[in-house]
Amino acid sequence: MKVSIYRYNPETDREPYMQEYEVDTQGKDLMVLDVLALVKEQDSTLAYRRACREGVCGSDGLNMNGKNGLACVTALSSVAPGVLEGRKTLVIRPLPGLPVIRDLVVDMGMFYEQYEKVQPYLINDTPAPAIERLQSPAEREKLDGLYECILCACCSTSCPSFWWNPEKFLGPAALLQGYRFMADSRDTALEERLAGMQDPFSLFRCRGIMNCVAVCPKGLNPTRAIGNIRNLLLDRAI
Amino acid sequence: MVTSVTSLGRNGISDWLVQRVSAVLLGVYLIGLAGYLICTGSDLEYATWHALMTSLPMMIINTLVVFAIAAHAWIGLWIVTTDYLTSLQLKGAATGLRLLVQSVLALLLLVYVLWGLWMIWGGA
Repeated sequence: MKVSIYRYNPETDREPYMQEYEVDTQGKDLMVLDVLALVKEQDSTLAYRRACREGVCGSDGLNMNGKNGLACVTALSSVAPGVLEGRKTLVIRPLPGLPVIRDLVVDMGMFYEQYEKVQPYLINDTPAPAIERLQSPAEREKLDGLYECILCACCSTSCPSFWWNPEKFLGPAALLQGYRFMADSRDTALEERLAGMQDPFSLFRCRGIMNCVAVCPKGLNPTRAIGNIRNLLLDRAI
Repeated sequence: MVTSVTSLGRNGISDWLVQRVSAVLLGVYLIGLAGYLICTGSDLEYATWHALMTSLPMMIINTLVVFAIAAHAWIGLWIVTTDYLTSLQLKGAATGLRLLVQSVLALLLLVYVLWGLWMIWGGA
């Protein structure tokens, strides 16, 4: 099968280019990460990130045939039907909207800065109980669909508002995490968290196009979390 | 928290609300007017149309519509300018160009509002 991969080495290349490879998967419907490993056997200069190779660590977020996803849990047949029969080429690029360090490796600094801005930790100044802060099963249930995020950046880097205003808009991943702590019964900083999001950019630059929902490899829904934060803001503003 | 002094309400919630409320108003107005035009069809005469548009309720509704268009357009265009006229695309020239485009758009919308009010209330 044919694979086309984005290549860029800032030390030797003046500009990025696409490099074609021919890979033999022996007819198997491999995951894209396995195909990258086969390419790496041919060409050891190819750089990409990977760690757990089973969709838990979130380090191999890539753009495959135009759609962001984790290479380790994306089967060839799902991302590029017909690629095994040679009717299509598998096209692999780095996550869009982030500076490329080399080949498929991007600088996630901007993404982590957004994450930092939502204070992704429990804030509670009341004296801690002897053992732990308890939560009822119903309160714990509110965190389902929020805590599972692995920060792979597939959602934020598929969002045009993130591409245009990465310093001002927080992006779907950070907003999902922001809501995860707003929804936590043990957190006492709800008002402070909301106050930081009522300007026209931080949250409201979301236009609700739901690219984030379409690409999330964990099946999460940042658009719904953003809607929930907006409702909390509206409750207080009207 | 990001400071914005040229957005309509200086605040995301207010802009978001104004955009939606004005959209509903414009939608209802357009559907209502289209319905009226379809129902009257070719029987509509200038005198009837003139009488409708110069009736007090219609003059008030038209005024609201003019303000709704201006507010809706400003919020939308402000978002367009802050999305596409940024230092990401235009480097150092971005702020100056954004200010220029926003000023022109704001003045243009103000002209439209005054012009609209003159047409509705000017007694022509």
